[in-house]
Amino acid sequence: MSGRRIFTRPARLAAIAPSLWMLLFFLMPFGFVLKISLSQTAIAQPPYLPVFDLAQGAAAIKAASAALSLDNFRLLVSDDLYILSYLRSLVVAAVSTSILLAIGYPIAYGMARLRRRWQAVAMMLVIVPFWTSFLIRIYAWINILQHDGLLNKILLALHLVTAPVVWLSTDSAMYLGIVYSYLPFMILPLYAVLGKMDMALLEAASDLGASPRQTFWLVTFPLSLPGVGAGVLLCFIPIVGEFVIPDLLAGSGSLMIGQALWLEFFTNKDWPVASAVAVVLLLLLLVPLILYDRLQRRQLGDAQ
Amino acid sequence: MGLARNMAVEIPKAEAQTDDIPLLRIDAVAKKFGIVRAVDRLSLDIRAGEFFALLGPSGCGKTTLLRMLAGFETPDEGRILLDGKDIAQVLPHQRPVNLMFQNYALFPHLTVRDNIAFGLRRAGMPRSQIDARVAEMVALVKLEGLEKRKPDQLSGGQKQRVALARSLARRPQMLLLDEPLAALDKKLRESTQFELMELQRRLGMTFVIVTHDQEEAMTVADRIGVMDAGRLEQVATPRELYEAPASRWVAEFVGDINIFEGQLESREASRLMISTKDAGTIVVAEPRQWIAKMLVCVAIRPEKVKLSRRGPVSDAVNAQAINRLEGVVTDVSYLGGATSYKIKLDSGAVLRSSMANTARIDIDVYTASQRVVAWFTPDDCVVLEQ
Repeated sequence: MSGRRIFTRPARLAAIAPSLWMLLFFLMPFGFVLKISLSQTAIAQPPYLPVFDLAQGAAAIKAASAALSLDNFRLLVSDDLYILSYLRSLVVAAVSTSILLAIGYPIAYGMARLRRRWQAVAMMLVIVPFWTSFLIRIYAWINILQHDGLLNKILLALHLVTAPVVWLSTDSAMYLGIVYSYLPFMILPLYAVLGKMDMALLEAASDLGASPRQTFWLVTFPLSLPGVGAGVLLCFIPIVGEFVIPDLLAGSGSLMIGQALWLEFFTNKDWPVASAVAVVLLLLLLVPLILYDRLQRRQLGDAQ
Repeated sequence: MGLARNMAVEIPKAEAQTDDIPLLRIDAVAKKFGIVRAVDRLSLDIRAGEFFALLGPSGCGKTTLLRMLAGFETPDEGRILLDGKDIAQVLPHQRPVNLMFQNYALFPHLTVRDNIAFGLRRAGMPRSQIDARVAEMVALVKLEGLEKRKPDQLSGGQKQRVALARSLARRPQMLLLDEPLAALDKKLRESTQFELMELQRRLGMTFVIVTHDQEEAMTVADRIGVMDAGRLEQVATPRELYEAPASRWVAEFVGDINIFEGQLESREASRLMISTKDAGTIVVAEPRQWIAKMLVCVAIRPEKVKLSRRGPVSDAVNAQAINRLEGVVTDVSYLGGATSYKIKLDSGAVLRSSMANTARIDIDVYTASQRVVAWFTPDDCVVLEQ
């Protein structure tokens, strides 16, 4: 009997560990950010007011709490710079994710149909860019896309254009950079699902009179939806908050929310507004996560 | 077959196909994978309304042959004529043939209903007819009330029924079954075998089943094709296959058998005298002509070998003809319906005997190390080429 208890104790601890992790590294930092977002800017160290000081007792904390306000959030709603940045982030993320899905699905599908040996090679090819620093790869793109860069040289040499084309500092360059950088995150979950697909199911569909196209849309695609969901989330969420790629490759005409946040934080030194931007961004990103979770839960419910 | 004829009113096609034109003619079909000849210029006719089993050890090419009938493999040579038309190159989704897959291959994202309706929708059947056909199929395989379940929510036996209903729903000219019962436990498998036979008779449809389980093949099939190394060793009814195997390989593959190698000595009337190394001279009733001095083997099924303490109680006429071998019982296995004995003959060879336990209290039990006489009649022996 006692043996049983010894076994369950580590099991219980293991169950608590993820929650502890979340509390330490997500909820607590988020609490700090949330508190700062409710504060006011100040020329001080730290650059906001009020500051909680536990040493000064309950009355002081109560007074400090009273000083918290939603002013920063009101600012976010009243200034269309922020609203436009949020919108642009969502649009960029949605468009990029769609392009990623359109490119990544056929690649993952092709990989899953390769022979075992070649699958490993293809997998390597997908992962190999990770061995070089992300920043260096983006700078490489700047090199390729700039006025006298590789792309223009090739186009001129082939007489496809008569004068160099402006590629850099355009939305096209930004989309190129995003799709290039995030492609592995789309391919890998799709490949994981498509590689596991039972070939007998496809044969069964064709045996029952489905053409190859019908087999794809009626069997392969629906069964790969978990992979599609994972790939879409894995790309969409970080792209919404993307800062480096739009900053380096896109024009300065309009900002993504990551850039707006960076500006507030480092250029304006306005921590509270920057924190408010971050809080809203997080809440925004929770929506697709909750939707995905609900979808998975429904699928699980079906299975029971 | 009688029932199938009665069904002919509903299925006029079955009437049109007379017995001399087979529904399926496999004509010198060959298929190689690399250097392996999976199917080696094999020919076979299957009649309409027949329950045909392809039996063989794993790797004998039976599954490849079935997959060529379904269209998942294309023959390198030969023709596959279904109802007179060569379908060897026709794509699987354009064949009037359906396959029930070994592990059922049910679509996990679709309900039982949608799984069964899948093929009907592809055929462009109107909605109302689909509903009616699905209901009919669900009733046929006794799955009422489970239409809205997903495959994950079904037991193994229920999945098997869904797979069967799905492959029958399109009313194929021929149903192919790839080890359909291999995933079921023994009891369920046995009852399902009888349900399959009943279903096949009721529908009057042609079933071709692939199995490595000889008991299953013998239970369900009208005829069995035994395959080895891409060729058909014998095509026969279960009884012929067991009692008159065409070769030593078939004799040893189907059921248990005792084999004694020897030489043909002489012929008296319709009886052959064969001298064997391990069992002396054996007398065999054999109408066929054999060449004297030919090397042959004599095969006797264990249940045809009777044991007694002193020798057979028989009349004087038969006494001469009966083959008698003496030895010592070494192993006794009680199996319920029968008891299996191993007897070490005086020559050192081992003879197996199986005796049905016809009475609850058996006085004829033999124990290990007991000396016995094993005997069998000339009619119970089969002569085969070595």
